[in-house]
Amino acid sequence: MAVCVAVIAKENYPLYIRSVPTENELKFHYMVHTSLDVVDEKISAMGKALVDQRELYLGLLYPTEDYKVYGYVTNSKVKFVMVVDSSNPALRDNEIRSMFRKLHNSYTDVMCNPFYNPGDRIQSRAFDSMVTSMMIQVC
Amino acid sequence: MEGLTLSDAEQKYYSDLFSYCDIESTKKVAANGRVLELFRAAQLPNDVVLQIMELCGATRLGYFGRSQFYIALKLVAVAQSGFPLRVESINTVKDLPLPRFIASKNEQESRHAASYSSDSENQGSYSGVIPPPPGRGQVKKGSVSHDAVQPRTSADQQEPASPVVSPQQSPPASPHTWRKHSRHPSGGNSERPLAGPGPFWSPFGEAQSGSSAGDAVWSGHSPPPPQENWVSFADTPPTSTLLPMHPASVQDQTTVRTVASATTANEIRRQSSSYDDPWKITDEQRQYYVNQFKTIQPDLNGFIPGSAAKEFFTKSKLPILELSHIWELSDFDKDGALTLDEFCAAFHLVVARKNGYDLPEKLPESLMPKLIDLEDSADVGDQTGEVGYSGSPAEAPPSKSPSMPSLNQTWPEMNQSSEQWETFSERSSSSQTLTQFDSNIAPADPDTAIVHPVPIRMTPSKIHMQEMELKRTGNDHTNPTSPLLVKPSDLSEENKINSSVKFASGNTVADGYSSSDSFTSDPEQIGNNVTRQRSHSGTSPDNPAPPPPPPRPQPSHSRSSSLDMNRTFAVTTGQQQAGVVAHPPAVPPRPQPSQAPGPVVHRPVDADSLITHTSTSPQQIPEQPNFADFSQFEVFAASNVNEEQEDEAEKHPEVLPVEKASDPASSLRVAKTDSKSEEKTAASAPANVSKGTTPLAPPPKPVRRRLKSEDELRPEVDEHTQKTGVLAGVLTSQPPLPRSVGKDKKAIQASIRRNKEANTVLARLNSELQQQLKDVLEERISLEVQLEQLRPFSHL
Repeated sequence: MAVCVAVIAKENYPLYIRSVPTENELKFHYMVHTSLDVVDEKISAMGKALVDQRELYLGLLYPTEDYKVYGYVTNSKVKFVMVVDSSNPALRDNEIRSMFRKLHNSYTDVMCNPFYNPGDRIQSRAFDSMVTSMMIQVC
Repeated sequence: MEGLTLSDAEQKYYSDLFSYCDIESTKKVAANGRVLELFRAAQLPNDVVLQIMELCGATRLGYFGRSQFYIALKLVAVAQSGFPLRVESINTVKDLPLPRFIASKNEQESRHAASYSSDSENQGSYSGVIPPPPGRGQVKKGSVSHDAVQPRTSADQQEPASPVVSPQQSPPASPHTWRKHSRHPSGGNSERPLAGPGPFWSPFGEAQSGSSAGDAVWSGHSPPPPQENWVSFADTPPTSTLLPMHPASVQDQTTVRTVASATTANEIRRQSSSYDDPWKITDEQRQYYVNQFKTIQPDLNGFIPGSAAKEFFTKSKLPILELSHIWELSDFDKDGALTLDEFCAAFHLVVARKNGYDLPEKLPESLMPKLIDLEDSADVGDQTGEVGYSGSPAEAPPSKSPSMPSLNQTWPEMNQSSEQWETFSERSSSSQTLTQFDSNIAPADPDTAIVHPVPIRMTPSKIHMQEMELKRTGNDHTNPTSPLLVKPSDLSEENKINSSVKFASGNTVADGYSSSDSFTSDPEQIGNNVTRQRSHSGTSPDNPAPPPPPPRPQPSHSRSSSLDMNRTFAVTTGQQQAGVVAHPPAVPPRPQPSQAPGPVVHRPVDADSLITHTSTSPQQIPEQPNFADFSQFEVFAASNVNEEQEDEAEKHPEVLPVEKASDPASSLRVAKTDSKSEEKTAASAPANVSKGTTPLAPPPKPVRRRLKSEDELRPEVDEHTQKTGVLAGVLTSQPPLPRSVGKDKKAIQASIRRNKEANTVLARLNSELQQQLKDVLEERISLEVQLEQLRPFSHL
């Protein structure tokens, strides 16, 4: 179950960030922000292969005691960052992958909307509902 | 006047009409133009009108007060219903339909009138009640208008006065003529949110007189909210002034009414439809949408690209966020383009939104595009029309076709073609002449070509052809070589040559089509072709020649195998005897060494060639073995004068049986070791031939060689590549030719033939290689294109 989902643009500003309502949501924002460095590191580590061989799913970026942060990068350098509650041991890597896949699909749907200007905040209701489903699901 | 009891609907209606007529807001309507028009619109004879006026007391008063007006309207209704005009009838006639006022100008008005009259129950719903979904009736309109009005700023205005009024305010857009109409009645002033369209409507002001009546009629109904909007936003920007209402709105309304009969129709429809379920699209609405669609995209089966749709819907003045949501809802297949259904759904949602309906979270059932269209639209993005069919890429069998829709569509065709293929294969299995073969294929082609977008190409081999058909754009060329290969037996030497020639031409054809076609198919086809040929040839040689090494069709080299096949078949066909296979294996008994000059001639040639190549063969003295072989060959040659070619083809099989011929053996061996060398051998063969006049030196050697060659041959034969086999065959053919006497000529002729054969073989090989090269290049190009498509952001 995702505690926080964020979509970061290529220029590293957030296009969409949403967390489970808690008292300290800023903490999640901060975690996402710091994870961007890890993402960049992983991207650069891929080397010249760049788009082709680089896998989109980055995997666990870094774990903290309570949470784990997973990352995913698209070919256009848009990053998806997901903070997951560590207390759920059953959450497997495959599930995280599928969640990112759904995120990616919804993101492309948003992109396809001619009324969406790339670089704007994502305000699509469909996207919201999808993220909500992800955040509640594994409860 | 006695008390006039009016039903709610009537009340509303009348008040609307009164408002409409009451241009001066004085609560008194003089017998002015509007009223007169109204009464005229009632389509009553003048005397009746006068009577009505008298009855209602207006003549007494000189003007129409509200009550008089109402009475007059009631009387109009009475008169229209056919009842005698009596004062008493005002209240006595029950269930009187609303008076109908027909506007000559507007069909809408008449429609309204009709709708009004028929809609008593609708009227009931007017007052501020959310319009019952019911049917399209005008009533809905009223209700719609109500709702629509809500959001409008001026909504409140309407409430009081006329239920009908409401929505008319037609959204910002312009020509909401419709709306306006309805507004009028309502209250006349306030409501007119429609004012917006004002500018639009003003020109129509004049026309109003006639339309005013219509307005009155309509006004009773709430104009279909969205519809007006539609018209408006698509067209006019200035309509933003809609909201403010002002008395002028009445006029506007009329003008609006006159504006577009189509729109009015739509409006009516819209009103009703929106409510209906409430997302159902009425026919009029749909027609309107379709017309709007056509303005953007004339092809009704095509797409509207996202950018065009964006511009169009932006005119509706809805906030981008809402438009974005509408897009999400309506772009069912998420391809960034709108089909007709999707466009209608989007338009409908816009209209509804303008009327104040909240956008649903999910696309309503009635707005869902037909799934059937998804196939077409499921395409690559806006793809506009790529729609599939075009997909000639689709021709590449599903595996290749980039666009699914095209794929879907081509499937059935492909299936059909596959069926046809089946038939072809059957036909092909029977060895037929090339011509027949072609003719068989030909008729199929047109059918298949017609059936599916992929043109069918005729290929020599039936199986191959089928594949070609499937994959390729129709080429009518026949590839003689392949069929030739398929049917080895019947070809004569000439055929063989012809085939080789054809092969060359076929190659060109193939090249032609390969380039035009989807790339992938080419290599496959060729491969298949080759495979087939191989398979074909494989079977035949095997059967007849058990002794000889099996297989010619070494899969190692497709080309070579094909060549071998070609060769084999060519040769065998050349053979006059039956059984191609039999022929080859029956390697003509090598001419005995006794046959001297001829065989010798040949032998030396072979020997020489062998010598040149043979690095491995221990017997460097081809001559001897040749010599020995010659004898055999001569004998054989005698029987098979013209089978030189066959010999070549049969190098494989020949070799074995012939074995003894060191030449063949050596040649084989040499061939094996070095296919190229074989070619050289072939090349050198002629040279050798020329030199071949040397006396039979080799006799002793041949003996040894023969033995060895035999041994070597056997194993070698197995591995022998087809190419080498072919060449070896060429070489081996030489020995048989020369007879004892006059061998020179024959030798020369044989060498000539051999050379020709070698040339054809090489030419074939060359063409095959070139074809493969082309295929590969095409593949590369296609892959690059795909790569480009898939990596649009790679530069980021």
